[in-house]
Amino acid sequence: MSELTELTIAEARDGLVNRKFSSVELTDVHIRAVEAARDLNAFVTETLDLAIERAKASDDRRAKGKPAGGMDGIPIAVKDLFCTEGVLTTASSHILDGFIPPYESTVSQNLRDAGSVMLGKTNMDEFAMGSANVTSFYGAVKNPWYVNDGKDRVPGGSSGGSAAAVAANISLGAAGSDTGGSIRQPASFCGVVGMKPTYGRCSRWGMVAFASSLDQAGPLTRTVRDAAIMLQAMAGHDSKDSTSSTEPVPNFEASITGEIKGLKIGIPSEYRIDGMSSEIEGLWSQGVEMLKDAGAEPLEVSLPHTKYALPTYYIVAPAEASSNLARYDGVRYGLRVDAETLDEMYETTRGEGFGQEVRRRIMMGAYVLSAGYYDAYYVKAQKLRTLILKDFSDAFKKVDAILTPTTPFAAFAIGEKMDDPVQMYINDVFTVPSSLAGLPAITVPAGLSNEGLPLGLHLITKPFGEETLFCVADVLENLVSFHTKPAYLSKDAR
Amino acid sequence: MTYLIQGRTNDWEVVIGLEVHAQIISDAKLFSGAATSFGAEPNSQVSLVDAGMPGMLPVINEFCIQQAVRTGLGLDAKINLHSVFERKNYFYPDLPQGYQISQYLHPIVGEGMVRLDMPDGTREIGVERLHMEQDAGKSIHDQDPNRTFIDLNRSGVALMEIVSKPDLRSPEEAGAYLRKLRAIVQYLGTCDGNMEQGSLRCDANVSVRPSGSDELRTRAEIKNINSVRFVMQAIEYEAERQVDVYETGGSVVQETRLYDPDRGETRSMRSKEDAHDYRYFPDPDLLPIDLTPDFVEEIKKNLPELPDAKKVRFISEYGVTESDAGILVAEQETAKYFEEVALGRDAKLAANWVIHELFGVLNKVGKGISDSPIVADKLGNLVDLISNNVISSRIAKDVFEEMVAKGKDPGVIVEEKGLKQITDAGEIEIAVNNVIADNADQVKKFREGNQKLVGWFVGQVMKKTQGKANPQMVNELLLEKLKG
Amino acid sequence: MALDEATVRKIAKLARIKVPENEVPTLAEELSKIIEWIEQLNEVDTENVTPMTSMAEMVMPKRADKVTDGNYPDRVLSNAPNPEGPFYTVPKVIE
Ligand SMILES: [Mg+2]
Ligand SMILES: [Zn+2]
Repeated sequence: MSELTELTIAEARDGLVNRKFSSVELTDVHIRAVEAARDLNAFVTETLDLAIERAKASDDRRAKGKPAGGMDGIPIAVKDLFCTEGVLTTASSHILDGFIPPYESTVSQNLRDAGSVMLGKTNMDEFAMGSANVTSFYGAVKNPWYVNDGKDRVPGGSSGGSAAAVAANISLGAAGSDTGGSIRQPASFCGVVGMKPTYGRCSRWGMVAFASSLDQAGPLTRTVRDAAIMLQAMAGHDSKDSTSSTEPVPNFEASITGEIKGLKIGIPSEYRIDGMSSEIEGLWSQGVEMLKDAGAEPLEVSLPHTKYALPTYYIVAPAEASSNLARYDGVRYGLRVDAETLDEMYETTRGEGFGQEVRRRIMMGAYVLSAGYYDAYYVKAQKLRTLILKDFSDAFKKVDAILTPTTPFAAFAIGEKMDDPVQMYINDVFTVPSSLAGLPAITVPAGLSNEGLPLGLHLITKPFGEETLFCVADVLENLVSFHTKPAYLSKDAR
Repeated sequence: MTYLIQGRTNDWEVVIGLEVHAQIISDAKLFSGAATSFGAEPNSQVSLVDAGMPGMLPVINEFCIQQAVRTGLGLDAKINLHSVFERKNYFYPDLPQGYQISQYLHPIVGEGMVRLDMPDGTREIGVERLHMEQDAGKSIHDQDPNRTFIDLNRSGVALMEIVSKPDLRSPEEAGAYLRKLRAIVQYLGTCDGNMEQGSLRCDANVSVRPSGSDELRTRAEIKNINSVRFVMQAIEYEAERQVDVYETGGSVVQETRLYDPDRGETRSMRSKEDAHDYRYFPDPDLLPIDLTPDFVEEIKKNLPELPDAKKVRFISEYGVTESDAGILVAEQETAKYFEEVALGRDAKLAANWVIHELFGVLNKVGKGISDSPIVADKLGNLVDLISNNVISSRIAKDVFEEMVAKGKDPGVIVEEKGLKQITDAGEIEIAVNNVIADNADQVKKFREGNQKLVGWFVGQVMKKTQGKANPQMVNELLLEKLKG
Repeated sequence: MALDEATVRKIAKLARIKVPENEVPTLAEELSKIIEWIEQLNEVDTENVTPMTSMAEMVMPKRADKVTDGNYPDRVLSNAPNPEGPFYTVPKVIE
């Protein structure tokens, strides 16, 4: 495609400021990229006319010397989990058929207010439940990375469409959401940067809820700096969300100083899980060495309850989801399957409207909350969560950040790991603990698997420590110097 | 007096607990900024939050917390500084989120007490708890043959659920409890108590047991009863039904029942199979409510005088009887009206006129005291006219009727109709002399010993004076003259 | 199995999700597997641990008692299937 699609957000921003190109030009090449990449199935809804309209408005603002904000004129994609006024919003579920929100989510509004140009709504796992983007009602997304074995790889999930769009140079950045790893895991699978901020940093208002105590919006971008720029636009206190933090939002980009001398980096021994591949092991040690060379001090830390994080997560998240998804009942919006009686209408609407994984999780959630089981499962899990949080707080008394792999393996082929849900859940083994503790975390592409697929390294820090993350991640990014592009970008060669 | 149901084998006692849902007086809803007023256009007072739109989140109305605490203090109850909102999960078309945000394990108000004045003495009824929750919308079943219509105007309105202990023992006590609770929330300004509009709704848990036993048997819950009278009728019917079930060898099942006022009976609403499992858990969209002692103290300082305290004061300050005081404080409006009438006047006379004459009229026309055809100020003037001997009590009743009919000032009525009492001894003497002169036979009978005739003579004199003569003076003069 | 077929039917009913009868055994098996996997949490002694209740360590924000929202029936009804005038509708409910 054009050189313009290869820019970072920071470079595009500079180009727009220096009038090297207009937002309409920049948007136009991205629209053509969206159209050319439809085989990836990264979007549920393209908003190309709207994009041109917003690009024009951006150019007008700039001509008047009044750019809107830090992302004025920058084309981005938005996960179909964010309600967008007047634009179909489905969370990739059949049950939200035809739903046109009469309102705009706070995060997508913030992105609009910063001047960004929405290209469309990206595909995702249905209701953000999945780690491979294969549960979408709108079909699987293909990872732009492939090796020549004829098998399409999953982009990871649930923000799979967002990760694929950024990796395939369709969009300069994308808004995603992360409940147990839904930004970081797909970012890692697609070789891009994915950032999950502290719980409460970004408003959840207008974001289709999966698990309220875990859901956090965040950016997927091609560089750490871009993630800082984009999070700056997304974050901020929102009085419409009772769990939105009032913590001041610092200048994230300014935290990228290249200086990490003396920072203590924790290496949690419990993350060396059984059967971890040597390539992941190797990547991780390499990361440790690099940070050490840059002047940081690696330290062993212990997070003793790590192995319980996944089962804990698979109680808490389905429990909250079973309640959050009760509103999809065919009464006020979305799909309704007509029936003679009310209960039949409910049951067929929800039976047909939800896909298999969503149905399974709703039922799991209803079960763990039901009479007689609540204490044994739900309360137990919330106690484990306290212990997991305490593990982290103890560790952060000694270290500034923790370095781990992002995923236990690279992207797998579409159709694999489908028969055993628990096997699929293992995808999020490294990302779930920080989600349960509400901590900020970031993944940066750090190398290739033996097969030639991207792998990420993952940094976690204490609440509202995003600045530390950006700083360390940027240093790591520079040292890793990961410049391999997905095969899709040279697809003429395929 | 113990309320007992006489069965074939033995006497039965009824055990009642009431759950009252009281709509909190507030401008906006519990978790949204939509309005709460009654009778608005369908679905107009509905925000995106109240409609359960995807991604919508609750933010609590602080005033509703204050109102709940105020009510708790009014019930002499423990205020829990830490309370938690949980989700009560169930499907119903007027419950847009698929769950009701309510309080469960940690309600904002704990144990309290309501005092009842029953004919045979005071009864103390325990309050188990008071918690805050959202109201549901309204299902309308009679507009379409195949469909139920849903109006979400009430969805999300703040409610207090006030749960009594199973301390009530008769329909009368249940009625008294409900009236007293309504009075308290009205005094506090936390609920308007309007049962017709549904701002106060009552569920009754009813069970029976052999008299003298202290077991708690299976109870039936009668849902959503919307008047005090119906609550009493429903309990009476239900208790008798249960006695009948036991006495015919059956057993009472735990179930929800509905009271049908047209037929005067309760009937089963849901079968046991679809027993509920509400799957309560703390609402992750909200944080716990943590109150400071200062917050509670500030509300306490500003509590109004409540019925019990007011009653004691009315007895000591106005010298009214205990039962009159009870009647006067039963509703805040009545108490206020009475105090306006009584202020600086003969309070007993004032109480008498409010309770007997005014209430009589109000009952007849079916109005409340706030719509009284006679404002307190004018009734006060009437009391003045009586106290100052301007008119007799007898004439006062005519004046009162005229006031009701025309809304005029009593002074004006007396003036226009010339109803002023005759207190001029000379004028009364002429009338007395005339009556004696005109009724020689009767005078004779009186003098022969028929003392009762004095009443007849008084009547004659009053007739001659169109009832205006001061009755006491007439009496005295007549006796003097008749005895000759 | 941790979770039998009757329980699957019960929770499907609770969650108002139609599960075709022929899918019940598979679902029971899948859910049981997950439940058994989850039960490894029983290894952890949580006797004196307080369950986490909220993520945000702050005082709950509160709104003033002001009418700031609503009054847009068209907006709240704009996505309704089969609305009737200002009402949502559902199949007739018999109470
Ligand atoms: Mg109740
Ligand atoms: Zn209730």
